[in-house]
Amino acid sequence: MGFARQVLVVTAKDLRAEIRTKEAINASAAFALVILLLFSFAFDLDPDTNREIASGLLWLVFAFAGTLLLNRSFARELPNDCLDALVAAPVPASALFLGKSLANYVLLFAIEMLSLVVFGIFYNVRWTAQFAELMLVLALGTWALTIMGTIFSALTVNIRLREVMLPILIYPFLVPALMGAIQLTLGLMQGKPIGPENVSWLPMLIGFDVIYTAISMVLVETVLVG
Amino acid sequence: MRNKILYLLGTAAILILARNIYVISGLPGEEDQGAIFKIIFFHVPLAITALTCGTVACAASILFLVKKDFRYDALAVSVTEVGLAFLAGNLLTGSIWARIIWGVWWAWDVRLTSALVCWILYASYLMIRRAIEEPTQRATLAAVVSIFAFIDVPIVILSIRLFRTQHPGPVFFSSTGSFPHDWSMIMLWNLIAMFMLGAVFTMIRLGQEEAHREIEALRREAHAF
Repeated sequence: MGFARQVLVVTAKDLRAEIRTKEAINASAAFALVILLLFSFAFDLDPDTNREIASGLLWLVFAFAGTLLLNRSFARELPNDCLDALVAAPVPASALFLGKSLANYVLLFAIEMLSLVVFGIFYNVRWTAQFAELMLVLALGTWALTIMGTIFSALTVNIRLREVMLPILIYPFLVPALMGAIQLTLGLMQGKPIGPENVSWLPMLIGFDVIYTAISMVLVETVLVG
Repeated sequence: MRNKILYLLGTAAILILARNIYVISGLPGEEDQGAIFKIIFFHVPLAITALTCGTVACAASILFLVKKDFRYDALAVSVTEVGLAFLAGNLLTGSIWARIIWGVWWAWDVRLTSALVCWILYASYLMIRRAIEEPTQRATLAAVVSIFAFIDVPIVILSIRLFRTQHPGPVFFSSTGSFPHDWSMIMLWNLIAMFMLGAVFTMIRLGQEEAHREIEALRREAHAF
């Protein structure tokens, strides 16, 4: 089996397991909607303010809902010692990691799209004005969230207070990525394309994605096997 | 022998610091800022020492992953703790200066934010150590977190740099800086003293870590019987 096929087998397995149980995605989607509801009490709602706070609010929702989803990524394998079997399987740890990341990516992206639709309706913001560019930023930012979440999910899977440790660990690491994503989304939500004032965040976000994907793939074997 | 070196280094560091404080207290106040500018002689060396600690921690973590020798793990945790203390000192001195010159304790400025994020990153390294019982697993996972944190430092600094800054530019040994050469020399001496202090603290913590591991090993042995 080639590396790509191994990755896809793991992705398919994770997606199939998630679609059958729906435990992580239900919790995560419900949590995203609850936060969106709570934010409506936290701020005075008028269309101009909505467009201004939209980008920060959305990325916070994605980050919060994301950790809920990503927490389950490796924890799901603990019952019946599935994790040991996966590590022992003739698949390199990097393929396992990449496969799981891809599955998480698909799930998180789905939740983000759902949040965007709900957000657009409840907060009366037309977020489709710069659809293609928004999707690009969303794709890059979500990959940063997923890659960090998945590697730290592997790291925290066997430790005490797993549910608490994951968010504490990943949010500081995600500061540059979240900041870039928020800065890029800020203009897009107001209908303006990415311009010279914020375009420099784009290579920063891509660099973050590339560096951490590479370093995670190198270190994941150490994390899982020791 | 080791203790003697420790005492010697510690005494020398304190002597240099005492002499520097004496010299600095005799300096005239700066034209705009008055006496408060003197905090910079401690503020900058604290930051440089903290950064060096982060670098040593990353190197020790990589060495641990390669050689699986627990001495490197002990060094990584000791030097990280010392670095956190120095970075806290840096944030504190900066905050005191900012209160007097800017009128606020804190501004979300480039270097302040980067320093704070770095502090939180390394604090999370210590938190994950607390959460893991088994020594080999703790050392391995902590080493991975330390490497991740060290890579994040330049990215954090770079990304926050894209925002505007109000932090003053470098003044020591720089052509645009306004500090005379002998003032820069005082800073350099302070830096040397801080490095020595950092080394002393790290060695003390290292000794504690080793004693701790020895006790753990004895306890396991006792359990085996």
